[in-house]
Amino acid sequence: MTTTTPIGAPAPTGEPPVAVSPRRGTGRRGPGPLFVLPFAVPFALFLVWPVLQGIWMSFTDSSLALRATSFVGLDNYAEAFGDPDVWSSLGNTVFFTAASSVPLVLIALAMALLVHSGLAGQWAWRLSFFVPYLLPVTVVTLIWTWLYQPDVGLGNELLGALGLEPVGWLSDESVAMWSVAALTVWWTVGFNFLLYLAALQSLPTVFDEAAALDGAGAWRRLWSVTLPQLRRTTVLVAMLQILASLKVFDQIYILTKGGPNGSTRPILEYVYDVGFTGYRLGYASAVSYVFFALVIVVSLAQLRLFRQED
Amino acid sequence: MSITASPVRARRLPPRERPGSPLLLGHGRLPRVLAGTALVVLAAVWLLPLVWAVATSVQSEQDVAEPGLSPFKGAFTLEAYQQILERGNVTVWAANSFLVAGLVTLITVAVSTLAAYGFSRGTFRGRRVLLTVTVAAVMVPPQLLVVPLFEQMLMFNLVDTYAAVILPQVVAPMMVFILKRFFDGVPRELEDAARLDGASEVRVFLSVVLPLSRPIVAAVSIFVFIGAWNNFMWPFIVTNDPGLMTLPVGLATVKDAFGIQYAQAMASALLAALPLVVVFLLFQRRIVSSVATTGLGGA
Repeated sequence: MTTTTPIGAPAPTGEPPVAVSPRRGTGRRGPGPLFVLPFAVPFALFLVWPVLQGIWMSFTDSSLALRATSFVGLDNYAEAFGDPDVWSSLGNTVFFTAASSVPLVLIALAMALLVHSGLAGQWAWRLSFFVPYLLPVTVVTLIWTWLYQPDVGLGNELLGALGLEPVGWLSDESVAMWSVAALTVWWTVGFNFLLYLAALQSLPTVFDEAAALDGAGAWRRLWSVTLPQLRRTTVLVAMLQILASLKVFDQIYILTKGGPNGSTRPILEYVYDVGFTGYRLGYASAVSYVFFALVIVVSLAQLRLFRQED
Repeated sequence: MSITASPVRARRLPPRERPGSPLLLGHGRLPRVLAGTALVVLAAVWLLPLVWAVATSVQSEQDVAEPGLSPFKGAFTLEAYQQILERGNVTVWAANSFLVAGLVTLITVAVSTLAAYGFSRGTFRGRRVLLTVTVAAVMVPPQLLVVPLFEQMLMFNLVDTYAAVILPQVVAPMMVFILKRFFDGVPRELEDAARLDGASEVRVFLSVVLPLSRPIVAAVSIFVFIGAWNNFMWPFIVTNDPGLMTLPVGLATVKDAFGIQYAQAMASALLAALPLVVVFLLFQRRIVSSVATTGLGGA
């Protein structure tokens, strides 16, 4: 932070207005460009270049099978906008984002409020909620493939015990995406939970205490004091969550390969399918930049909302 | 955190001295019981899949296939673990994961710390532009880069090498940003003092700045390690040789091969999960507090 003194204004009292450091040269010394170089080289090579190359590729018919490429202009983009698979996989992505983000924010908040309420066993609660977040995606999907197993998996065993019909967790088109969302909530809620818990622990207690002195009950204080104080955290958690959910690929690819019948295929899996199974790298690039445009629009919209909140 | 000076701990702490906010529940008995019940139910739901997986992994395949709600249907056996370890793949993949995640963490932390310090204190030309580009790059989803990166690896002839798995992962603009924010908050007097004593810039960084930033460097290292350990998409795309695969990738390729052998599937899943859970148990407090201070994680 720098403070600027208007020209002509008297210098702040207390300190003589020394413009140049008396120690010759020391003000100019500091780490040079060599400090940034070891980062800048891989950054340019493995981030800036691929971003630019991806844009270039999206205007070509670049392919894994045929090495000769030619410039095709906006053809790939025109094709992408007319491609029903792009629209359906975008739709799946948006559906997944809604189905996972809402519980991922609300359940994390509930967990943090409960743990913060001061009941004994902090360590055990924190561990139970956070440990799934540490598991690699394949481990999570292996475990849930087993739970969703149609004959002897835990899901249908539980339904059977309740006298309900078994469900095709991963084989029923109308259920599969919800199954993926449930897995995702279980897997990643621990991170949002920790963000909320950290926020709760740093809240000043004076307002809560004042409200209690004024005779406000527990519910009343939760609604009128604690939750409003958590607003910034909620906005932050929701922003990070929506951006993370839009990028879903790993668990869906391993769990269902996008099936049944494309009902769980997200846009990033379509990019993968087109590029690495269909060998059309140019078209895959175009589709991924359409997705990137969506991500940027969502980020900018969120940023605007966030600024208005302040 | 409760601070009790008395050496003898009360058998039951009064609610006021427990961590957290006792006010949240008031002083009545009912809200306490309700909240406690809700916590127990939530924790049980969250632990159930893991308990079920553990129980499955220590039974024979035949017993696992028996219907019934009991998680444990037959005799205890470590057969599944034995078979997994004999096949050897999981241990190779675990070794690869350690190598890849370890090197990614080492390189990322080294180049990011240097760059963050250079961005925070440097006075050279082009610093501002480069910093702006770095901050903007935080927005780029890594998944967007797999197609051109793969093309690039083909060009460099690096597909199916450790270098191809590791190098693109060492670029972590978010970590540079977090570290820079930390350095910005560190007073410069100590560095200037060292400079006056004639220390070189590298010396200032190594002996003054690094020791001061141990907590944030540890936090960043943990995040980068977890992220690299769990990374799936890029290693999956750039490796075909099973001898080079990391755990998440290797397990995914055999997932379908397991067929109905769920005891083995669960045993390998749990073996793969073990290292990070151990890391977490060792560094639990640090991980929790670093999520709090940086507000960010890997993944």
